[in-house]
Amino acid sequence: MTDVVTLTGNRGLDLEEKLIFEQDKAGRTAVDLPEPERHDNRLGPARRTRPIGLPGLSEPQVVRHYVRMSRNNYAIDAGIYPLGSCTMKHNPRLNEKMARQPGLADIHPLQPQGTVQGAFALMHELAHWLAELTGMPAVALSPAAGAHGELTGLMAIRSALEARGDARRVVLVPESAHGTNPASAHMCGYEIESVAATARGRVDLAAMKARLAPDVAAVMITNPNTCGLFEDDMAEISAAVHAAGAFVYCDGANFNAIVGRVRPGDLGIDAMHLNLHKTFSTPHGGGGPGAGPVTLSKALAPFAPLPYVVREGEGFRLVEQAGETGAHPYGRMKGFHGQFGVFVRALSYMMSMGSDGLRQASADAVLNANYLRARLQGTMSLSYEGPCMHEVLFDDHFLADTGVSTLDFAKAMIDEGVHPMTMYFPLIVHGAFLIEPTETEGRASLDLLADLMLGLAKRAKAKEVAFFKDSPKLAPRRRLDETRAARNPVLRWMPPAPKAAAE
Amino acid sequence: MRYLPLTDEDRTSMLATVGVESVDALYRGVPKAALLDRPVDLPPHGGEIEVERRICALAAQNIGASTAPFFLGAGNYFHHIPATVDHLIQRSEYLTSYTPYQPEISQGTLQALFEFQTQVALITGMEIANASMYDGATACAEAAMMACRVTRRHRVVLSGGLHPHYRDVTATNVKFMSLDISALAPDANGTEDAAVTIDDHTACVVVQNPDVFGRVRDYSNLGAACRAKGALLVVVVTEIVSLGALMPPGDMGADIVAAEGQSLGNPMSFGGPHVGLFAVREKFLRQMPGRLCGETVDTDGKRGWVLTLSTREQHIRREKATSNICTNSGLCALAFTIHLTLLGEAGFTRLAAINHARASTLAKKLGAVPGVVLLNETFFNEFTLRLPRPASPIVDTLAARGILAGVPVVRLFPDQRDLANLLLVSATEMTTDDDMDRLVAALGEVLK
Repeated sequence: MTDVVTLTGNRGLDLEEKLIFEQDKAGRTAVDLPEPERHDNRLGPARRTRPIGLPGLSEPQVVRHYVRMSRNNYAIDAGIYPLGSCTMKHNPRLNEKMARQPGLADIHPLQPQGTVQGAFALMHELAHWLAELTGMPAVALSPAAGAHGELTGLMAIRSALEARGDARRVVLVPESAHGTNPASAHMCGYEIESVAATARGRVDLAAMKARLAPDVAAVMITNPNTCGLFEDDMAEISAAVHAAGAFVYCDGANFNAIVGRVRPGDLGIDAMHLNLHKTFSTPHGGGGPGAGPVTLSKALAPFAPLPYVVREGEGFRLVEQAGETGAHPYGRMKGFHGQFGVFVRALSYMMSMGSDGLRQASADAVLNANYLRARLQGTMSLSYEGPCMHEVLFDDHFLADTGVSTLDFAKAMIDEGVHPMTMYFPLIVHGAFLIEPTETEGRASLDLLADLMLGLAKRAKAKEVAFFKDSPKLAPRRRLDETRAARNPVLRWMPPAPKAAAE
Repeated sequence: MRYLPLTDEDRTSMLATVGVESVDALYRGVPKAALLDRPVDLPPHGGEIEVERRICALAAQNIGASTAPFFLGAGNYFHHIPATVDHLIQRSEYLTSYTPYQPEISQGTLQALFEFQTQVALITGMEIANASMYDGATACAEAAMMACRVTRRHRVVLSGGLHPHYRDVTATNVKFMSLDISALAPDANGTEDAAVTIDDHTACVVVQNPDVFGRVRDYSNLGAACRAKGALLVVVVTEIVSLGALMPPGDMGADIVAAEGQSLGNPMSFGGPHVGLFAVREKFLRQMPGRLCGETVDTDGKRGWVLTLSTREQHIRREKATSNICTNSGLCALAFTIHLTLLGEAGFTRLAAINHARASTLAKKLGAVPGVVLLNETFFNEFTLRLPRPASPIVDTLAARGILAGVPVVRLFPDQRDLANLLLVSATEMTTDDDMDRLVAALGEVLK
């Protein structure tokens, strides 16, 4: 079937689409706008005097362009998307409808505060839900995504330390951490030291305790961690860190496993970001936008960045500058007040799920991952024994001597009509398969994934190497040459050189 | 609960497969003291009708731009979004996909990003652009940090015409790096000469066009001064529609352009999510932050796209990465590129011309109100007025009359009481003659 050659390059419903620049006809537009009125030109001398080079298309062409292209994307709406540490759960359309309501989508962040009291009430309500769910007293809403939240939380930690005249230099980061953790700590001016993992896939408590000298500012822990395991020494880690005068930062990317069941504040966490686009169902949109509010302990609360909403009498007030009693904001992380449109979606999800639904969601997420673990562990190589949280980690030992890699395996999954799991992360196991089904997959969908992975494992063990190396065969594209893309970067379309220039 | 497919029967049989009695057994690693045995103290789940009522009740407490004469800008603008944009970005394939880590099944997102990068490069007059940042302010901070890496210098000069949020976000971002910020005084009169501030340690000068007071600037001379002293010129654009009428920053000698793209395709949404644009000269490619989409071929030789040059990024380089950014503004970038594709060259330049014409008409009308002085010689779609009295109470009074009159400059520069009488006013293609007449009449009455 792959050797069918068509005249157009299309393959049935699988359609090829040119770039917009290759469909250009000068002067054409898909937006009818009136003539500008007669007016005094006040642009001054720095006006545009040359063409831009944007292509002209009509509305039907534009619609068709993006619809045809969209067919080349996999999506959670189309099937299971078990990317570990990404929490690709169902994105409810009610959230989209709510974010588009007049009074929410069409308000400006600098309107008089009396005209946007409902927006402040919504932000306050969201912060209340996050504070209750984490057991932490303060919430900084403005960070735009998880990594941005990490930096926000670390800056609060550094500000708190500097406020007491404590110039510590080092942040400890477990070797299983997301790459954003050390990158954020570096942007906060810290040196990064790695903490080893135990054979159980947890932070090595003894090694960490041994390193807790007065130069350590903070420890960054992901809990549940990126191996899909709960850090069962968390309370002891926090106690040791606090005893050493340092702070505990928690990467909350995996909060979906424990929401409504475990409150990080009860485990001694000082700062934690929550990815609203993971745990709280807002769409990832092919790469964003996200939102990464940071919950803060009592010790860090005074150091939250600007701006923030406070209740005042019957209404709310946005604090935009330093000078409030008891507050020592270290600055501003983002233009305006944060990812408000994402806040609306997340609150819509939380209100839909409620305290009971969120608690059931985490239970189902953990059950689903453990069900996949149970179904796969006899065939694939489980990295760590025991129950997992919301994601399960395998390594590539079961592929030893087969000639098939984790990447090959993933590409064969594509032909089976599912999105592969996270590959080669975390770095502490060889050839990682990190599988996170989420609670919004039913049993049939889990069985489909398990069955096809078992089937592929069988083919791998039968050393059908060519089959795997040749995958995917049925996707809109075969394997793409990433080396070529990096070696000779082509990052934009360029008009073809005029023919005459060749002579 | 409508989002959860498992039935109790499923749960029971799956627990049997797992080999445990209850879900609680799966949480056995959690210390008992930290394990909640009941739901947290929050309301229980609600159906669509109930959730809609609760959120719409909050929305109803706000006055939106769709229902009132509206003149705010200052980095966030009220523009028309074609119906096609919002329809297309809600297609499941775009809305509910992740970052394109598996390019063979993500070509839709990747091709759109490649087109986005090309469009951003074209309108800014730069060689290349990345696949987006969080917003304009964070893009500005990243530009300053990148300039320091490129030049191996540590001093960043921020113009007094730069939006104060951009200034503050940049200063906050570098607060704990060994970099120095020189923020120049607010340039309400347009007299600043940033060139004289450049010394041997200066990595870059960050300016804005049009500046935060609305003035259109030509930074060509400043660009030359920067080059002469080995510093970079960073140009910030907070109103991207202006590039349909103004000389692009690349033509002025910009080395990095950091811009806010909200005006195309994205609602104001109370300030976010928006889309940061980041464009540079090609020679600085490897110091760029953020994701890049690049063209390549598959094993059959067919053209396709992948995320590329990821050795700059955190998931490969960890603390040595050019930035910690991971998630960016993918869907907002898609809205931006769809809107700009709909407009095309003819529509984009026409949209810019209408914005300028509307603002020019409004400026003339407001300048005729007794006691009101227009400060700007030049502007695009936003300008600064000097009122005879402090602007904030006047704006509040007008809001009580149902008119959202603009942004008092002290809201942006709270420490500058000498700017108390200044008001930033913006007009776009959404501003009607009736809106203008109502503002002019009401302002005249309030100032009487």
